[in-house]
Amino acid sequence: MNPKRKKRLLLVGGLVCGLSLAVGLSLMALRDNINLFYTPSDIAAGLAPEERNIRAGGLVEDGSVKRDPASLRVDFMITDMESTVPVVYEGILPDLFREGQGVVALGTMVEGVFHARQVLARHDEEYMPPEVADALERAERLRAVRESGDGEQQDGAGSYRSSSDNGSGYNSAYSSGYGDSDSTDDGDEYKGSAE
Amino acid sequence: MWQWFHKLGSPKWFFDFATRLMPWLAWSTLVLLAVGLVWGLLFAPPDYQQGNSYRIIFIHVPVAYLAQSIYVAMAVAGAVGLVWRMKMADTFIAAIAPVGAALTFLALFTGAVWGKPTWGTWWVWDARLTSMLLLLFLYFGVMALRAAIEDREAAARSVAVLTLIGVVNIPIIKYSVDWWNTLHQPASIKLTSAPAMPPEMFLPLLVMILGFHLLVGWLALARMRNEILERERRTRWVQRWIAQQAGE
Repeated sequence: MNPKRKKRLLLVGGLVCGLSLAVGLSLMALRDNINLFYTPSDIAAGLAPEERNIRAGGLVEDGSVKRDPASLRVDFMITDMESTVPVVYEGILPDLFREGQGVVALGTMVEGVFHARQVLARHDEEYMPPEVADALERAERLRAVRESGDGEQQDGAGSYRSSSDNGSGYNSAYSSGYGDSDSTDDGDEYKGSAE
Repeated sequence: MWQWFHKLGSPKWFFDFATRLMPWLAWSTLVLLAVGLVWGLLFAPPDYQQGNSYRIIFIHVPVAYLAQSIYVAMAVAGAVGLVWRMKMADTFIAAIAPVGAALTFLALFTGAVWGKPTWGTWWVWDARLTSMLLLLFLYFGVMALRAAIEDREAAARSVAVLTLIGVVNIPIIKYSVDWWNTLHQPASIKLTSAPAMPPEMFLPLLVMILGFHLLVGWLALARMRNEILERERRTRWVQRWIAQQAGE
């Protein structure tokens, strides 16, 4: 390569590398501000400001949703499997809202209770036909029954799964939990718990 | 001597090459998009959670992919243009930038339409959506900068630098869902692991992704041909070509 081009190539490479470094460092510094929501652990650790508009995100805890029969008021708990935060919300919930679902709520923390003004549903990156979801749920229940009854037949659900597999590797994605997952660092933990 | 030939010869060579390739691209695009749309919209099973509204994935994911890969291609062309002073690199950027902008807009639009029924909102300022909006503005910037500078060489150099600056945004878009917590879910299709969906959903999506790639290839060639004709309008081969077209 002739020296002139070599110099220009170095210049271009240097520009891109230097810029990436600068942007990378600024993003690292702004890390907390870029996160869309606080996790229940963040809130428990006191990272989220009180009585200011924040977003809180996590999974709706199983069995925690209580609807007020007289109004649109809903009480539920959001959890990240480490801490939980009680949420109060009055209004219409998105269609995907259900127990075990990931949600992001906008509102304020007042004395340990999150007063939400808006509740958005998250969904995970996994898609499957309803029949497969049903089959997985049945297998899950079957396994739960077996585990409580007889520990030796634990691999029953496993063989059920492989028989419902259509041949490709997507089964592994299914078995990693269909409930919900979160993009936070401990997302794998959610998946583990859904197993 | 060789360089002189190379410089003058390559637009003409590319023009002929594009002319020959385009019908093939057009037909395969039509077939793939038709098959993918019918398969994805009518035959693929509904999602267990989202029902039929997930079907917008068959448009959303291909256009969002291409919006990003077109920008990377532009940045590569920008680097080639800066280092080797190749005319065709700038021709490519000029031709493809509006296509990239249109696809980025489509990705944002289909995302908003999808977000309303599933998340409960059209828009949220999370890292993925915001960085994607930035990509749209970068495309606008590339187009505006070119239009603002009269001298073609100077415009080419400035635009090339801008494409290289903007390319830093691409990994941010890609990894935004992993680095920060966002409303947008992480990627369903990764090179490193099996797709998070069954083949009866994944295959039509793959067909659509391929189809959109070919469509963009066709659009790039068609627009580059026009760009070449305009830039080379004073050359003898273009004038001969025009005379030939008029004679037909």
